[in-house]
Amino acid sequence: MPNTEFSPSIDSRPTYAGLSSQGAAPAIMVADAAGAAALIDLATADASVMDHAHVILVAKAPDMAARLTDLGPKALHEAPDFEAATPLVSQLLDSAKMGTQLYLAGSEGLMGHVSALATTAGMPLEAIQMEHRGSIARRMQCVHCKGITEDVTTDPFTCSHCGLTLFVRDHFSRRLGVFQGVCVDAETPGVVPETVEIRA
Amino acid sequence: MKLALKVTEVEQLSPLVKRFRFEDPKGASLPVFSGGAHITVDMPEEDAIRRNSYSLISDPYDGTGYEIAVRREDRGRGGSLYMHTKVAEGDDITVSLPSNLFQLDLRAKKHVLIGGGIGITPFLSQLKQLEMEQKPFELHYAARSREEAAGLKLLQEAAHIHVHISEEGARMDLGAILDGQPMGTHVYTCGPDGLITAVADQTARLGWPKTAVHSEAFTAPPPGEPFEVVIASTGQTVTVKADQSLLEALEAAKVEIDSSCRGGACGRCHTKVTACDGRILHNDHWLSEGERAAQQDIMPCMSRFKGTRLELDL
Repeated sequence: MPNTEFSPSIDSRPTYAGLSSQGAAPAIMVADAAGAAALIDLATADASVMDHAHVILVAKAPDMAARLTDLGPKALHEAPDFEAATPLVSQLLDSAKMGTQLYLAGSEGLMGHVSALATTAGMPLEAIQMEHRGSIARRMQCVHCKGITEDVTTDPFTCSHCGLTLFVRDHFSRRLGVFQGVCVDAETPGVVPETVEIRA
Repeated sequence: MKLALKVTEVEQLSPLVKRFRFEDPKGASLPVFSGGAHITVDMPEEDAIRRNSYSLISDPYDGTGYEIAVRREDRGRGGSLYMHTKVAEGDDITVSLPSNLFQLDLRAKKHVLIGGGIGITPFLSQLKQLEMEQKPFELHYAARSREEAAGLKLLQEAAHIHVHISEEGARMDLGAILDGQPMGTHVYTCGPDGLITAVADQTARLGWPKTAVHSEAFTAPPPGEPFEVVIASTGQTVTVKADQSLLEALEAAKVEIDSSCRGGACGRCHTKVTACDGRILHNDHWLSEGERAAQQDIMPCMSRFKGTRLELDL
């Protein structure tokens, strides 16, 4: 399954150009189970991309971990979820030198979260490549209570923190790595549009 | 808006470089600025006003005065010679408000400043800002000889301030400076074109993104052969003298034109050419290679013309 194509939207909505090898430069690669396939495609196109790469697989997927190890990265790290992966990614970013490339693949939530960590560490956006694979579920921040709801697949949805019914916007915060959700019935309490599946 | 100031200090820093300090005649506080900013100095002579831009070298947060350092260019258009020979303590002087085309990127985690020769000037204000904000930085200053290195008198001795004197065999090694810099480092270069190109090449080899690489190469407009331009809207012909820039000639002829940096860097005076029979001598850092070749655009603050007819869309 190739890089997902999303419908054109406002400038704020991130787009993902897909991964292309920058050669045997120092690299940090972060992928979930679906994104791992993009790393395999990347290494198939240019095996040298793995020579100085730290690969972090954010998934419980031993078979995928084995396939990534076969690509011969400098190191493969496994983490069951975001929270477990964050200290490791942050430590790699903080000790990285200028010229290090960041390759992200998988869900928008994963890519948004890690690219936000990377820009906080001072990494310029051009050093970050992303390829969307797998679920189109979004990581949404409630603009009212600031709580983040993971894996949102419907619009509107209920904020998992404050319970407001939120409209799924394409407005994206690069600083936080999340889309913004806004109360859908603020003007007319209780009048909520029909719930639909989010589309690409 | 212009500031009418007094020259309060003139100091010879090196055989070719003088430092000037300007203050408000009544001691009023001047607008503060940001590191890397410049001012434009008016230099009135019998028949015209020449204007050059100079980087501010004083503390950006100190409103008691503005300081600049000017290198005498004997083969220039005469702006620096004017500063060196006609400006003395006690004189009145008119300058612009500061503006900045070479500001620090405050998203950076660390700043590497590389100044070659008189290109040290914008960094003198930047390093005061960096010290004040306690941001990590290192400064590299390259000069041919200790005698020519005017910046030495203005730099303190500190572990993160490195002086490279080529005459003493201490040539600057860009590879050693740039390789292994931590994530989030931005590099800024000011000096000769060769130095700016060398830093761009070295960072590209190391895989630095272009947005982390900054440079400023603005110089005073060069002199050249006199030429004429025609103003499309009025048919008026304006003559540009050998030691005058096209922008100065247009201003003297009261042709309305916007401008700011007067060094071919900001793009404000960008003017469309409606007819060109000859060759535009592009000296700016604004237009792209394609725009230069097409000869349909000109930056009047820096560029000149050789040929029979140049008509400007003014």
